[in-house]
Amino acid sequence: MSEPSETNNEMIRFENVVKRFGSNTVLEDLNFTVAPGEFVTLIGPSGSGKTTILRLVMTLEKVSEGTIYVDGKPLSHMPKGGKLVPADEKYLREARKSIGMVFQQFNLFPNMNVLRNVTEGPIRSLGQSRDEAEKKAKDLLELVGLTDKIDARPTQLSGGQQQRVAIARALAMEPKVLLLDEVTSALDPELVTGVLHLLKDIANSTDITFLCVTHEMQFARDVSDRVMMFDGGQIVEDGHPEKIFTDPDHDRTREFLQAVLDRA
Amino acid sequence: MENFSIYLERVLEGLPATLWATGGGIALTIVLSFLAGIALLSPSRTVRGLVRIYVEGFRGSSEVVQLFFFAVALAIFFGLPWNQTAEGLLLIGIIVLGLNHGAYGAEIVRGAVQSVPKAQREGAIALNFTPVQRMWRIILPQAVVEMLPPFNNLFIQLLKGTALLSFITVPEMFQKADELRAVPSFANDLWIIYLILLVIYMLLAVVITLVMRWLESLAARRVGRSVPSREKALARGAAA
Amino acid sequence: MSKWDWERFWDAWPYVLDGLWVTIQFTLLGSIVAYILGLIFAIIRQLRIPVVDQVLWAFIEFVRSTPLLVQVFFLYWVIRPEVMQGIEADTQKIIVGTFALGVHYACYTSEVYRAGIEAVPRGQWEAATALSLPRRRVWTGVILPQAVPRVLPALGNYTIAMFKEVPLLSAISVFDIVYQVKTEYAASQGGAGPEAWAAAGLTFLALSYPCAILVRRLERRVGTV
Repeated sequence: MSEPSETNNEMIRFENVVKRFGSNTVLEDLNFTVAPGEFVTLIGPSGSGKTTILRLVMTLEKVSEGTIYVDGKPLSHMPKGGKLVPADEKYLREARKSIGMVFQQFNLFPNMNVLRNVTEGPIRSLGQSRDEAEKKAKDLLELVGLTDKIDARPTQLSGGQQQRVAIARALAMEPKVLLLDEVTSALDPELVTGVLHLLKDIANSTDITFLCVTHEMQFARDVSDRVMMFDGGQIVEDGHPEKIFTDPDHDRTREFLQAVLDRA
Repeated sequence: MENFSIYLERVLEGLPATLWATGGGIALTIVLSFLAGIALLSPSRTVRGLVRIYVEGFRGSSEVVQLFFFAVALAIFFGLPWNQTAEGLLLIGIIVLGLNHGAYGAEIVRGAVQSVPKAQREGAIALNFTPVQRMWRIILPQAVVEMLPPFNNLFIQLLKGTALLSFITVPEMFQKADELRAVPSFANDLWIIYLILLVIYMLLAVVITLVMRWLESLAARRVGRSVPSREKALARGAAA
Repeated sequence: MSKWDWERFWDAWPYVLDGLWVTIQFTLLGSIVAYILGLIFAIIRQLRIPVVDQVLWAFIEFVRSTPLLVQVFFLYWVIRPEVMQGIEADTQKIIVGTFALGVHYACYTSEVYRAGIEAVPRGQWEAATALSLPRRRVWTGVILPQAVPRVLPALGNYTIAMFKEVPLLSAISVFDIVYQVKTEYAASQGGAGPEAWAAAGLTFLALSYPCAILVRRLERRVGTV
């Protein structure tokens, strides 16, 4: 367990976060926290800023204003001379160690086979030995059911298999926070269930904190500890999945869920 | 026709210099292309600006002028008396060929690196790679596949450029052939001499292309792709 | 830079500028030949006539794989004496130089045109056929008007490349920039130093760089093939 501190019950904290792309404000003065081990799902119409939140936590984007804390440490900024200044690459490298991400388009490296895709991160950025990394990678590939594909190229795999590799790759980094960005959106419908089952098993058997963007409402309801409804870069509603999905407080949430239901 | 073997022999006397110029020029081109190409993507404006000056300077001024310039400038400004010997002149030739084609190659490398999907870079960030690891282990292996067809054209361009070294009297094939032109009794056979020369250049170009295509299929397989079509690579050309 | 002599630098300019005009003339003449001949090559290849197609392909590949300098000498020392009896010596050089540059670069521009023609959607050919347009009209009214604008930047790039290759013609005593520096200027100064070559290089740069920027701008407007 992490050392006791006042941030002990906050794995992620957004403090007055604003994100603009040019003149377009995507996130508007955003504040929320996520507790360690919590599984939080972000729902809302496209363009509501959900994916931007994940990308900010992964440091793929920089905040325009405000601060993000992960595991008690500022992520977008680093303390320097008693003030917080924009983080440099060295600081980001340290901060990113506790964060992993699974992408919508998998983003596997085509120039490496499946095993290398999983071991490359632990070896190069965690400094694990090749033996150690490979042993763990094989365990993880067994977990995701791809033991027989260890030597395959990503391009030889189906979308579902690629996404399983990507999940194993993210887990190999032993993240405290795992970001799931519409991980089933690019998959053929018949492959979605398998990947969601896998994620559910992982969520139930580890103490990783999850931040998840998905359009799979049944999955969100089954696995989440908390659901946040976003619209126009702001949190509309934040609560227990049963409450949100059955008796939301806001009309906007009800409309959105109705629209999703109609589409399905 | 009875002098064919004499002509062939004399032209081939220049082959070593042509091969050295081509091989040395290509080696220097590769090094400079990667250094300058990656530097063109540097976050530092100063670095980008300086490399831009190198790239545009060598692309914009004529290769022949560059040869003449370096042949005299290296001796005068750096005290390198290389223009005194055939080997030294060859070395100057290799340097100019490398600097000139490296400037073109830099744009090839830059373009290929930029063509690697952004998602690959993001995947590498999510695994917490350093910027150097991202470039070296993830981006470049994929970019190389894109680079090989235009580099093929560039290397053939460089091979053709070796004939220009005759301007600074490097004893390469064209220089050797031109010495034969001065012999009056060979005057009616000039077409044979030039044809021999053209065919040898053609064969060298074919060798370069075969090697590059082999590398291309190798690199394509490494990233799990089939070899892209030739048509586009041809149309792209290496000039300009 | 202790041996740099500004006086020699300034003295070189009259010679360089003298040669510049000749260099530009050859660039323009060579480009006209390359643009027209390249288009003819491309259309012939598009017609896919057996044997003609293969022969032309082999010729194009051969010219592209061998040095322009050798081709210039072949034309000048082998072909010229056969076909240009009784023509004034200067005119002979202009013809040989223009033709050498033009044919060499036509082998590159033909590929550019070909890519441009192939980029015209198949449906355009089919629509033209459906309207039973005469073959000539299909080319001049439908295909080329769509293909040519998109190839203009690439053609421009080859003209810039040709400009920088005109100095090869100094080897057959065409009075271009390099000839002026190497021969005339050198005679007046007892040799051509780095100052004169720097002036020559800067002249090429001063013209080709702005042109390259214009071409890049054009590229952004019409796209590339």
